[in-house]
Amino acid sequence: MPKDSGIGASSKRREDVRFLTGAGNYTDDINVRGQAYVHFLRSDIAHGRIKSVDTSAAEGMPGVVKIFTGKDFEGVGGIPCGWEVTDKHGAPMQEPPHPILAQGKVRHVGDPIAAVVADSLEQARDAAEAIDVDIEVLPAVMNMKAAAQDGATLVHDDLKNNICYDWQLGEADDAKVNEVFANAAHVTTLDLVNNRLVANPMEPRVAVAEYSRGTEDYTLYTTSQNPHVIRLLMCAFVLGLPEHKVRVVAPDVGGGFGTKIFHYAEEAFCTFAAKACNRPVKWSSSRSEAFMSDAHGRDHVSTIELALDADNNFVGLRTNTYANLGAYLSTFSSSVPTWLHGTLMAGNYKTPVIQVNVKAMFTNTVPVDAYRGAGRPEATYQLERVVDKAARELGVDPIALRRQNFITQFPYDTPVALTYDTGDYNGTMDKLEAAADLAGFAARRAESEAKGKLRGLGINCYIEACGIAPSNIVGMLGARAGLYDAATVRVNATGSISVMVGAHSHGQGHETAFPQVVADMIGIDESMIEIVHGDTSKIPFGMGTYGSRSLAVCGSAMVKATEKVIEKAKKIAAHLLEASEADIELKDGQFSVAGTDKSVAWGDVTLTAYVPHNYPLEVEPGLEETAFYDPANFTFPSGAYACEVEIDPETGQVSVEKFTAADDFGNIINPMIVDGQVHGGIGQGIGQALLENCAYDENGQLLSASFMDYAMPRADDLPFYAVDHSSQTPCTHNPLGVKGCGEAGAIGSPPAVVHAVLDAMNSGGKAVDQIDMPVSPSRVWAAMNG
Amino acid sequence: MYNFEFEKPSTIADAVAALGSEDAQALGGGQTLIPTLKQRLASPSALISLNGIAEMQGVCVDDDGSVSIGGATTHATVAAEAASSYPALAALAGQIGDPAVRNRGTIGGSIANNDPAACYPAGALGSGATIVTNTRQIGADDFFEGMFSTALDEGEIITAVRFPVPQAASYQKFLQPASRFALVGVYLARFADGVRVAVTGASEDGVFRWSEAEQALNGAFRTDALMGLSINPMNMISDLHGSKEYRAHLVGVMTKRAIEACM
Repeated sequence: MPKDSGIGASSKRREDVRFLTGAGNYTDDINVRGQAYVHFLRSDIAHGRIKSVDTSAAEGMPGVVKIFTGKDFEGVGGIPCGWEVTDKHGAPMQEPPHPILAQGKVRHVGDPIAAVVADSLEQARDAAEAIDVDIEVLPAVMNMKAAAQDGATLVHDDLKNNICYDWQLGEADDAKVNEVFANAAHVTTLDLVNNRLVANPMEPRVAVAEYSRGTEDYTLYTTSQNPHVIRLLMCAFVLGLPEHKVRVVAPDVGGGFGTKIFHYAEEAFCTFAAKACNRPVKWSSSRSEAFMSDAHGRDHVSTIELALDADNNFVGLRTNTYANLGAYLSTFSSSVPTWLHGTLMAGNYKTPVIQVNVKAMFTNTVPVDAYRGAGRPEATYQLERVVDKAARELGVDPIALRRQNFITQFPYDTPVALTYDTGDYNGTMDKLEAAADLAGFAARRAESEAKGKLRGLGINCYIEACGIAPSNIVGMLGARAGLYDAATVRVNATGSISVMVGAHSHGQGHETAFPQVVADMIGIDESMIEIVHGDTSKIPFGMGTYGSRSLAVCGSAMVKATEKVIEKAKKIAAHLLEASEADIELKDGQFSVAGTDKSVAWGDVTLTAYVPHNYPLEVEPGLEETAFYDPANFTFPSGAYACEVEIDPETGQVSVEKFTAADDFGNIINPMIVDGQVHGGIGQGIGQALLENCAYDENGQLLSASFMDYAMPRADDLPFYAVDHSSQTPCTHNPLGVKGCGEAGAIGSPPAVVHAVLDAMNSGGKAVDQIDMPVSPSRVWAAMNG
Repeated sequence: MYNFEFEKPSTIADAVAALGSEDAQALGGGQTLIPTLKQRLASPSALISLNGIAEMQGVCVDDDGSVSIGGATTHATVAAEAASSYPALAALAGQIGDPAVRNRGTIGGSIANNDPAACYPAGALGSGATIVTNTRQIGADDFFEGMFSTALDEGEIITAVRFPVPQAASYQKFLQPASRFALVGVYLARFADGVRVAVTGASEDGVFRWSEAEQALNGAFRTDALMGLSINPMNMISDLHGSKEYRAHLVGVMTKRAIEACM
């Protein structure tokens, strides 16, 4: 019997009412009296030396308040990188400056050269057209392997080469790895590309900054997944402002998917310019600007080798990846191909020897950073593609090969630095086999073939590491931030509760799911609890929302704070009931004395806390508690996915006919929200697999610079999904036993789709063992007719 | 966008007069022009909207049975009002863009723009339509002169497009995955005196007639009439979404499907 409230209930998302009725308050809805508008003059050249920027003709144009160039930011900090990766020789990564406006060189199409602040946006654009920029065009550094060669054109003249770092994880002894491969009964090798993506949240980025000359306070409204992180980075590294003088607000945010984690030049610019112009300054990205200024995702080129023994046991794995970082280091870009990628290369398998090699490259492209899954999809894609290829080469069932190599004993120390606390990969695969009706596939294939279509089945497994932590470990790995989170539970006199959380909700449903937890702990109605987030002046601190961490990390902080509240409330209740605190029980919003019929209601206790007439003298008035929570380990959601596609052999068109997901997310607070998160993630994964492709030409021009050429998944590209979350091995180290579900779909689905496409092509008699994403009709047709 | 004057005349004569001023530009549904203006890629002195001209609106059947469509008629209107008189053309109109596009975009605007991947040029050329302007009547075979290029003179307005109605017709469109314009679209119309096959989306020269297929189908209107026929990929478009060879291949596939739909 499903619950109708509290933990485990599919409570309807309360925030959807305002989102769906146009009552949301997004950053672009915020207009400050007297605000001016900024337009950024962006480079249309991928790589060039700035000879001059002449603003004289533009200065006097109507409405112009002030024009800024790179010179105005000399002496101001640049955009920092939040993670220092150490390369395999022990040297720190190469870390070039990232100025707010280009200095000396432009390094990608979209790199901002100048900023015009004017009374209106049109006036700013008019003036920007009057700025005379002289740029000496340099060869664009586009191909990562060529960029790694000695003598290659340098993206950053002051660096020794274009390699940010040459990193390794796992077995460091090459000879030992070579020996494993030399002695293997079978080796499967695969070269593949993980295609570059543009996140394209529905809401483009916006920043509005104001400065009070009277109080010397700044307020920045910005489209962010983590306002405290923005405040910390901008104040400490870029503008040198005291944090207590800066308030950062991220109101309703229309989707982030990672790309709104990072601290961007535009928001720092608006904050800087608000003081310099003594006017509030607003910037709203156009969609065209978003394509060339939002951090992109993925873009790995990899070779992966899997060694198997004569019994088909995995005995070794080696990867060599070139990871594109773009022109500058975005906030967490350096961590994505390394600690969020190499560490996942064991996957669900007990491969004993693993060596991961990653060269991270600077190129004349938009910076690349975390995008839903961030490193884990790239790891999963490589690993699962090579496992599937091995099964095909060996002529064994791909599920059986996976099952044979599954990790079954927990905790499990991988050869790539993680300890999986729990999981049941066979159990989850059992759920998948049933939910996906794999037994009925042959009949469905026959039906498709009767229509002249090819049908394929693709299986995929994934493991991910969520709730990145603990802080002391990530600090050793190079993180320049802690990865805890915080919550304040503020009980009002009448018993209603405001919970101030560090996690930001921008589609995840926190405003619904978090109250379910607190309501359950106290035994009151969910509607009595409100979640407050997204404003550094209201919440204690917060590292924000990414990496499927909100419930596992911030939710744990909330549980701890609620426990403190209950503990204090019991003291008050004990006083009111003239009983010992140890005998007080809380159930259904009533404090009672164990074994008696004496009780006092939640509301009477909370009122007493604020009207402490009859009150224990040793207890402080009020009822408000804060907790910070730093996890002991990552959480490890896992799953098994099945995809069935049809291919039209005449055109190469692929349609996803059936998609089934079996996930183990541990305990689940709101099953409906989890379903929705998985649906959305699979939608994005199918988008990557079939449609999305951020492409540049050899001169660094963005070919897919609008929705005319960048294909987003639409509703009719996607099937109805079957999702099963009944395989549940609760996380062993957080109080809710939760693991996180936000990225799973995007991690687990791309290989499943590609495996299905390959299976379909092979069923048509064409032996094809490799195709790169997006698996577009033209690529499928070319593969089948190549 | 840059500043411009805006006029919405109610007669063709007034529109022609207004378009006489320097750098004035006609505005149909604005589905191409408005995005162009917003990107500051064009700076007309004036936009002359054709949407207020009553005589350029609507679908009617002429005495000779041909279907006349006012130049300012939206795709949605054609999809609805031509459904019984010329179903294949109505179906083409109903597949253009999305509902927002179909409720703004006009047949005259689409044909005058002659986007190499647009649907209407294939419908007009495949039907052997007559493009009626304020000054003359132009056969479709003479109208489409290449990518974004037509026989229209400066200031000339498409007031109507007149379609002879074939015995059978079909438009087969293979979607470009991002824009959902035609990666390749084939409009096939079978008349008593012959078959016409027009192809959009594929060629660097814009919409064109596949005359070899027409000849073959005039001999025998069957899919196997296409056996051995192929389009030379040389002049095909090659881009992110498909190679020349792929487009040339799709021309054959879409033509075959159009034949099947006409059977």
